Amino acid sequence: MGAPAMSNSMTIDGKHVPFSDGQTIMDAALAAGVYIPRLCHNPQFEPHGSCKLCVVSVNGRNMTACTMPAAADMVVTSNTPELNRDRKALVQMLFVEGNHICPACEASGNCQLQAAAYYLEMQSPHYTHFYQPRAVDASHPDIFLDLNRCILCELCVRASREVDGKDVFGISGRGIGTHLVVNAASGRLGDTNFAATDQAAQVCPTGAILIKRQGYKIPIGQRTFDHHNISEVQMKPLEPEHE
Amino acid sequence: MQPHEFPQIEQQLVPVFERYGREANKLLQILREVQEIFHFIPAAAITCIAAHLDVPRTRVEGVAGFYSFLSLKSAGEYRILFSDNITDQMQGNPELMRYFCHKLWLEPGKVSEDNLLSVDSTSCTGMCDQGPAALVNGWPLTNLDHARLDLIAELIRDRKPVCDWPPMLFEVKDNIRRAGTLLGESCIPGAALRATLERGSAATLAEMEASGLRGRGGAGFSVARKWSMCRASAGEQHYIVCNADEGEPGTFKDRVLLHSYADLVCEGMTVGARIIGASKGFLYLRGEYRYLLHQLEQVLAQRRAAGLLGRNILGESGFDFDIEIHLGAGAYICGEESALIESLEGKRGRPRNRPPFPVTHGYLDQPTVVDNVETLACAARIAAQGGAWFAAMGTAQSSGSKILSIAGDCARPGIYEYPFGIALQEILDDCGAEDPYAVQVSGPSGILVSAQEFNRRICFEDLPTAGALTVFRRGRDLLQVVQNSAHFFAHESCGFCTPCRVGTQLQKKIVDKIANDHGTVSDLEELKQLGHVMQTMSHCGLGHTAANPVLDLLQKFPDAYQHKLKKLAFEPAFDLDGALETARNITGRDDAWAHLP
Ligand SMILES: Cc1cc2nc3c(=O)[nH]c(=O)nc-3n(C[C@H](O)[C@H](O)[C@H](O)COP(=O)(O)O)c2cc1C
Ligand code: SF4
Ligand code: SF4
Ligand code: FES
Ligand code: FES
Repeated sequence: MGAPAMSNSMTIDGKHVPFSDGQTIMDAALAAGVYIPRLCHNPQFEPHGSCKLCVVSVNGRNMTACTMPAAADMVVTSNTPELNRDRKALVQMLFVEGNHICPACEASGNCQLQAAAYYLEMQSPHYTHFYQPRAVDASHPDIFLDLNRCILCELCVRASREVDGKDVFGISGRGIGTHLVVNAASGRLGDTNFAATDQAAQVCPTGAILIKRQGYKIPIGQRTFDHHNISEVQMKPLEPEHE
Repeated sequence: MQPHEFPQIEQQLVPVFERYGREANKLLQILREVQEIFHFIPAAAITCIAAHLDVPRTRVEGVAGFYSFLSLKSAGEYRILFSDNITDQMQGNPELMRYFCHKLWLEPGKVSEDNLLSVDSTSCTGMCDQGPAALVNGWPLTNLDHARLDLIAELIRDRKPVCDWPPMLFEVKDNIRRAGTLLGESCIPGAALRATLERGSAATLAEMEASGLRGRGGAGFSVARKWSMCRASAGEQHYIVCNADEGEPGTFKDRVLLHSYADLVCEGMTVGARIIGASKGFLYLRGEYRYLLHQLEQVLAQRRAAGLLGRNILGESGFDFDIEIHLGAGAYICGEESALIESLEGKRGRPRNRPPFPVTHGYLDQPTVVDNVETLACAARIAAQGGAWFAAMGTAQSSGSKILSIAGDCARPGIYEYPFGIALQEILDDCGAEDPYAVQVSGPSGILVSAQEFNRRICFEDLPTAGALTVFRRGRDLLQVVQNSAHFFAHESCGFCTPCRVGTQLQKKIVDKIANDHGTVSDLEELKQLGHVMQTMSHCGLGHTAANPVLDLLQKFPDAYQHKLKKLAFEPAFDLDGALETARNITGRDDAWAHLP
């Protein structure tokens, strides 16, 4: 990175945070070492703004940190009991919307949804489960796609489009029927040109996209979030949690 | 569906692609035509479109799966969608739908075995003043009753094409009950444009400023400010868009403006185009109003012939502007201006992240103005008659008049134009409201007003409205009203952000639980919490307002739900008797023994 003029600054939770033109609140916070919870944002890809975990209060108005450009004189609060309570509600919503049986999930311990739940001190899913029937697609020789665990963050969509140049994934349906689709008339991942080496195969924050034959390579108890809080892990420059 | 079931698909679709110049921006228009040809969107068509438009298949599938009027499964040669607005419900639509299904051996949401027809419900079709209403293959049916449904069943059994059905089934009346300056005075096509050219663009913008005109689509943003921001934005092209999505349940005033005042609306667009420097405009017409398409095309053709559209308008060299009509396909969210622009670009109607705003980065990332139909009609009047004349009407913050669409429990439903500042009580008297108890102002996303508030006034300072006014008399079940709103939002959430996608569903489930006599006091608290999360964490106006009816009910109308609550502090949402419903349906039983005590 060059050295863009850091002429501007704002405050987040009382801390002085400099930023340069074009940076979002999230970018500036990351650079300054201030953690703002997030699920659909990964600094490697275009911001998306859908999970809403990163909503912060800016001069009294709620804004989405990962998409809102930073501006001088912003007084941002993020780590407040009120916002964290609402974030917890969002994580609970994601849990009941999908079918997350964490003890039976290969991603347990590496899953950011689970880690966000720990971080926000979620004790139970609270809301009534939807139990929506969702498909598991094992047609690909090297990759499982389990839509029961998809939180619609569209990171795989973005990675496949922006990095892999493939457009393997897309979104269809509307409202609660919104779902991930793959680029094949059969609707099967095995009929796409998806490869386990694709960036899109590495970015899923949950256990919805899993590489086959890696199962439990790292035993439960020794996984990323078994030892680290999500607020530390997500602050590292590039996220190695799926390594 | 297998591709081999449509061996001719390529030959059938290529002419459609050609007509739209194989432009990916026209994907939604192309999918609409595919739906008309096959009565659904076969998987083979998706593959074929993707190949010919050179876009990923996922993009086509994504758009096809978003809009209610496109179906990925066969919906039959005849698709009948009963309007599910609360006014349609009060007029008996649920019973009519059951009657029709029973008569034709149908199950709602499922296509008949011979693939002839399907029946389902749809969000408000904008015929609240002449319901119960429905759509057949996209054409509006009004004033439904048993006799008309018998006739329709007959027509379908005879496989009569919809275009040959008796016209009286499709009659749509304007029902203008009270006209003010906008609706009452005649307009000479071209007058506002001539005045604009004589005065000059900057001076006409100053008239807009002096008029105090604010947007009629809901948010009430200053038109002069929006137009000058767009005018000042650099871009290769500027665009002006008329928002005729009119999706807010209970609103039907734009329908009347487009039917009987289309010249005025087009004139307003052209004035705006002159001011912001646009050479291209779009009229985004909701799919429910496609019956107006032909007539609107004729108005555009007349205006072109009269030199009011096209090149060198009114002989002014370099003043080039034309309007293209874009049809929606059943999605309330596409009324939100940035979702509307996405839809215009042939995409899913997903609201954009803002900033940037459309005035700098709109259609194709170019500076774009999006204005409501009525706003543009007002702008034409102001261009012709000056800003001071307009500002003299209404109140300090809300100049001019407002067109209201009034329906529900009143003797004379229809269109009423009043100067801003009019008291609700006076409106209720004029429309013949029978013992009014509550009024939903501006639809489900607006305010539910109680009788104590009938002295409030329609204006941005007090009771703002995009135009809907639905009257409920004493004795109406307001919980049913709110349940209808909750179902509407759950159905129309675009699904992009977590709080709205999941929150509207949870809200619907809890309201249903209360309506089904299983609610407890803790459910009320739950609804308030959910409302808070949706209001404060959602991505766009839909999520921000989706809890309004529920929260108003909780605060203002305790009598409507308190007797429904169980004494217990908590009751599980799982309903054992409800779980037996499938078994009852299969066996066709609904007697006392088929229920748990
Ligand atoms: C969910 C939602 C639906 C909307 N639907 C409409 C609509 O059908 N018609 C409309 O004019 N504005 C609608 N709006 C408001 C538009 O976003 C926008 O503010 C308006 O078109 C601007 O035009 P105006 O300034 O002339 O009012 C809607 C907004 C939201 C959030
Ligand atoms: S599969 Fe994973 S990465 Fe893709 S949208 Fe779902 S949760 Fe996100
Ligand atoms: S608030 Fe609702 S409609 Fe708006 S973006 Fe979110 S999900 Fe879509
Ligand atoms: S991280 Fe910002 S909305 Fe998901
Ligand atoms: S651990 Fe729950 S979804 Fe991965």
